[in-house]
Amino acid sequence: MLTRLLSGDFPRSRFLALALLIVFLGLAVAPFALSGARPLNVAATICVFIVLVASYDLLLGYTGIVSFAHTMFYGIGAYGVGLSLYSLGPSWGAILLGLTIALVVSLALALVIGLFSLRVRAIFYAMITLAVASAFAILASQLSDFTGGEDGRTFRLPEMLTPGYTLFEGEIFGTSINGRLLTYYLVFVSAVALFLFLLRVVNSPFGRVLQAIRENDFRAEALGYRTVVYRTIANCLAALLATCAGALMALWLRYTGPQTTLSFTIMMDILLMVVIGGMGTLYGAVVGAALFILAQNYLQELTGQASHALAGVPLLANLFHPDRWLLWLGVLFVLSVYFFPTGIVGKLRKPNP
Amino acid sequence: MSTTVQTIPAAEAPLPKLPADYKPLLLVPALALLALPLIGDFPAWVTLTVAGLAMGMMIFLMASGLTLVFGLMDVLNFGHGAFVAVGAFTATFVLLPMQNWLQVDSVVMNLAALGLAILLAMVVTGCLGWIFERVIIMPVYGQHLKQILITMGGLIVAEQLIHVVWGPDQIPLPLPASFRGAIILGEAAVEKYRLIAVAVGLAVFIAMSLVLNRTKIGLLIRAGVENGEMVEALGYRIRRLFVGVFVAGSALAGLGGVMWGLYKEVLTAAMGSEIMVPVFIVIIIGGLGSVGGCFIGALLVALMANYTGFLVPKVALASNILLMVAILLWRPQGLYPVAKR
Amino acid sequence: MSEALLRLAGVHTHIGQYHILQGVDLTVPKGGLTVLLGRNGAGKTTTLRTIMGLWHASRGSVSFDGQDITRRATPDISCAGIAYVPENMGIFSDLTVRENLVLAARRGEPERARLDWIFGFFPALKKFWNQAAGTLSGGQKQMLAIARAIVEPRKLLLVDEPTKGLAPAIVQSLINAFRELKSTETTILLVEQNFNFVRSLGDSVAVMDDGRIVYSGPMAELAEDRHLQQRLLGLSLDAHQQRLP
Repeated sequence: MLTRLLSGDFPRSRFLALALLIVFLGLAVAPFALSGARPLNVAATICVFIVLVASYDLLLGYTGIVSFAHTMFYGIGAYGVGLSLYSLGPSWGAILLGLTIALVVSLALALVIGLFSLRVRAIFYAMITLAVASAFAILASQLSDFTGGEDGRTFRLPEMLTPGYTLFEGEIFGTSINGRLLTYYLVFVSAVALFLFLLRVVNSPFGRVLQAIRENDFRAEALGYRTVVYRTIANCLAALLATCAGALMALWLRYTGPQTTLSFTIMMDILLMVVIGGMGTLYGAVVGAALFILAQNYLQELTGQASHALAGVPLLANLFHPDRWLLWLGVLFVLSVYFFPTGIVGKLRKPNP
Repeated sequence: MSTTVQTIPAAEAPLPKLPADYKPLLLVPALALLALPLIGDFPAWVTLTVAGLAMGMMIFLMASGLTLVFGLMDVLNFGHGAFVAVGAFTATFVLLPMQNWLQVDSVVMNLAALGLAILLAMVVTGCLGWIFERVIIMPVYGQHLKQILITMGGLIVAEQLIHVVWGPDQIPLPLPASFRGAIILGEAAVEKYRLIAVAVGLAVFIAMSLVLNRTKIGLLIRAGVENGEMVEALGYRIRRLFVGVFVAGSALAGLGGVMWGLYKEVLTAAMGSEIMVPVFIVIIIGGLGSVGGCFIGALLVALMANYTGFLVPKVALASNILLMVAILLWRPQGLYPVAKR
Repeated sequence: MSEALLRLAGVHTHIGQYHILQGVDLTVPKGGLTVLLGRNGAGKTTTLRTIMGLWHASRGSVSFDGQDITRRATPDISCAGIAYVPENMGIFSDLTVRENLVLAARRGEPERARLDWIFGFFPALKKFWNQAAGTLSGGQKQMLAIARAIVEPRKLLLVDEPTKGLAPAIVQSLINAFRELKSTETTILLVEQNFNFVRSLGDSVAVMDDGRIVYSGPMAELAEDRHLQQRLLGLSLDAHQQRLP
């Protein structure tokens, strides 16, 4: 049963298994164990980012493609659902319609970009996706009549998912089963399903061909695999999954705007999570996303205190200012690419391979 | 550093050179002429064209080093934008204390202050480039994936360090007094500073072409772009050459940053990474590694951005993507593809 | 004639996971022309690249003119007096013929007398002096590649399969050029598969197979002994063609 669910790809390390179990259980019981809006928000964000980061790892870690357009697909998902709910009103049909349109748009864009630039080298693809993604982000904020511009769009969800809705009277473990909770579980279950699907993909024959291409595309081509086709399919798959992640985020936030979906900062966050968690293993995405988002939400307060303590020293206080947390992440990122290219998961797995 | 070597045997008249590839050269005037009827208003067209040329020259300054570094060592530095931003911010060390020199309406005093600022910016970004090459890039030669990730990380760190040193706020950077305002040519108004940007860009382009075509160092760079191994087998250290080009490219990015900062009259730490998108489009259009292609590409991208910005402002940036697609459909390796071994 | 200019002792070279050279022992005497024969994949090109420092030996040593150059960088090895004409000729096609030669003359300008001497056997280079090297024909590129290696006097010249894919007339002009070169001080190590091309040129010969030297001795000995040829070169394409009716 577990073998089938995980597609035979076990954590292969006791610590890693433990970490994954903690993340899974933590996210599963979050609404009951934690109180207040913020912890639940953190948990939902982790769910969404696990899917987003894992789908990015399909590109970076499994296929060896560097894309800077992943947030674009994420944004398409969020805007698809968001704008659809905004203009058609809160209904399940609108969600479905928005998601479908978003998936089609993402697929078309990924296909065009892929066919256009994946024939050439990784570096070309990185530059072209960077250009396209930034053009898309600017376009989204320019077409303000349609997208709401910089302010984005706030919209309402179908009644079942609103906080005012309760499934039944009474409480379970002291928590009432309201729409907010249902939304959380919608996000959680979708994320788990999408993650297991990705696990299936990378452990399928298709996934093994991708890894062969990453290791030596010349040889893979010589063995008869059309590398362009495989890369393009991987690119499209990653784009579709990112779109789903975007849709989930929009449902959770009940808001869609450029800052939460398209900004380059999110792209950097994804890169950091993949590298810190471990490239080339989907469990890295789980560990990376969970640690990063926890740190983002709670560690910043710590550095803030450090900065406060150093208030007298001019440059040092600036270094530890909470807004400078990206500086430390950047340093961590560079160091981990040099010294731990396999990330946390790679380190955990090493002792007993 | 020997310049023109003249040992040409006179016995036979040298055969005429094969006709140079001139088609990409025609794209720039073609684009400008095409825009004229669309804009319809001649003075507006002149203003836009000059603005486009000025912007193109500044983009060229920032892109030229990047394309050469890529050609020579197969290294694509995603952190190049950091030099642009650091260059601009460094200039404030001179420009802000010397405000009174800049606010007098004296060309000489303005130029002196500006020249000092540019010099300092170029020295600082050149040194930074040297450090960047040593610390960030040297350990990952030949590994594209890591190069992209590491240089991206370097960009983040550099941007954050700008915040640490210069504070989190934008810094206004007013133009020197004598460069403000516009010259009226007929009915068209052309801003003085844009003309200066065009002049600086042209001067750098000409100087660079002379170095690349007439000096031994330039020949070595061109030879190294094509086949670095053979340059080594002839007895030259390509690494030294590469470090030199990297430092020069960083310094040029710093110069571009100062010019760009004065053009926008306000500095933000993200200005470097923002300009990288057009810069990448330019070096892809030009053909990775080609300085001439980079020059034409920069002019095309900037003209296109200015024309579409006037005609259909909402899709100005997307227009550059279309331009890139169109050119790559015509020449998949860019305007001037660089021969590789 | 007897003193060794270049000596490889037990050289092993790995490229990635492949073990190409498996203990090469090769001595190139000072003066004259040494031929390195062998079929495709025997390790001839790898031997030259290892000498040049383009790949490094994982074991063994390379000594040149009394110095150990095993771990030296390519530019140092070049400056020690070794010139290299690679298999793909390594022409800078964006540069003119003149500029290609200017780069090879490290002390500034190519000497006029030396150039005239080269033009004597490679007249095409004079004709296309100011033309981009990329526009030359294959044979002319080969001439340029060799000219670039000898524009300054060097102690040792490494040439990798210069006749590959060239027309017979051009092969003849290369033979003339090598004859001319042999009259100078330069020692030549020539890698070939074409035995007919080198039998009259070579002074001594070494044969490689599977990353090792399997024979070395004077060229006259090999040229006389058809049986030995059969045994050593029987696998090579040219010998095979020779046997066809």
